[in-house]
Amino acid sequence: MNVWIAIGLTAAGCYLAKYAGLLVPAGVLERPLVRRMATLLPVALLAALTAQQTFGDGQHLVLDARAAGLAAAAFALVLRAPFLVVVGAAVAVTAGVRALG
Amino acid sequence: MAEQTAPPESIGATGVLSAGPPGAVAPDAPPQRPDKPDAAVVRDALGVGIAVGLSGFAFGVTAAGSGLSLLQICALSLLVFTGASQFALVGALAAGGNPYTAAAGAFFLGVRNAFYGLRLSQLLALPRAVRPFAAHWVIDETTAVTVAQPTRRAARIGFTVTGLTLYVLWNLTTLVGAMGAEALGDTDVWGLDAASPAVFLALLAPMLKSTTERVTAALAVLLALTLLPVLPAGVPVLLSALAAPVVLFLMGRRKKGPGAAAQEERAIQKDTAAQKKATEKTATTEKKETTEKKGGRDS
Repeated sequence: MNVWIAIGLTAAGCYLAKYAGLLVPAGVLERPLVRRMATLLPVALLAALTAQQTFGDGQHLVLDARAAGLAAAAFALVLRAPFLVVVGAAVAVTAGVRALG
Repeated sequence: MAEQTAPPESIGATGVLSAGPPGAVAPDAPPQRPDKPDAAVVRDALGVGIAVGLSGFAFGVTAAGSGLSLLQICALSLLVFTGASQFALVGALAAGGNPYTAAAGAFFLGVRNAFYGLRLSQLLALPRAVRPFAAHWVIDETTAVTVAQPTRRAARIGFTVTGLTLYVLWNLTTLVGAMGAEALGDTDVWGLDAASPAVFLALLAPMLKSTTERVTAALAVLLALTLLPVLPAGVPVLLSALAAPVVLFLMGRRKKGPGAAAQEERAIQKDTAAQKKATEKTATTEKKETTEKKGGRDS
């Protein structure tokens, strides 16, 4: 039951967040500062998410095979590899480093 | 924050400049830009949609390992449909968190989609009746594809194809992952836990166009990693979003020259200045923004 409560709240909350963005009146967006902010916020959030999911383990910071995997992904991105190759490189290198370690 | 102190007349000024009704998004209307073939847009969209859609497998496996039932796992992918929040919720529940804390963390992660929606409503100019349905697809990947398109038509195609491909595949692979979890055993052995950060990095990379973006990203990483050990799950990422206003503010102060940010900042500070002056500045900024975007989209 607890799990269903969590799922229900998350689904409702996440949907409302998505919808709210689309509903904001266009007049608000005409302001340059708001527009710059809307462009820059995803940059901050994606960077934070990348760091958290690479170096985070619950409440702890760790340096493990995922870091190697992410380095591989970054290298693939520099080479302008397609999306699936970037993700595949991260998964493969992470698995490889774990297998070796 | 700062935008609340902006002179209220700037809205009207912009409306006048764009020679359209106050609600129109004329500065962003892109008909003069070179067209991109529909097939090329579809190819881009499918590339992202398929790659990320397949990573639903990693979610299904992880969620099953956390002890959720098949129905619960599928409900998450069908109804929440924003990967980071789903991973966060499952992780929190597995760690024994109560449902409210777990949902709060997942919700915090999902709040970023509201900001994507801000961008997308501009680019897609969706009819009001379509918005409740389109909203469900407003996520990292659809935003990244849509923002990269040169025209409104391309943006709409990109959004729809990415959204549809991703939704169908994400849910199918979630199901397969959840059912196949037992056979795989420890998913970390397969490196599947690196898929999610790699997806985020791949989405982030094309956004790092100028110093402003890079500094913001660096500050956000620093904030996230510093706060991670001391705050509950989900909160550090949300607070890292503060990097955006902080960098905008600092850039505005530092650049005394003709930088766009500086002009905005000054326009805001001179609340009492004549409206004409403010109007000129808004106009310059608008032009610069449009030029910047053109450059970014063409690359």
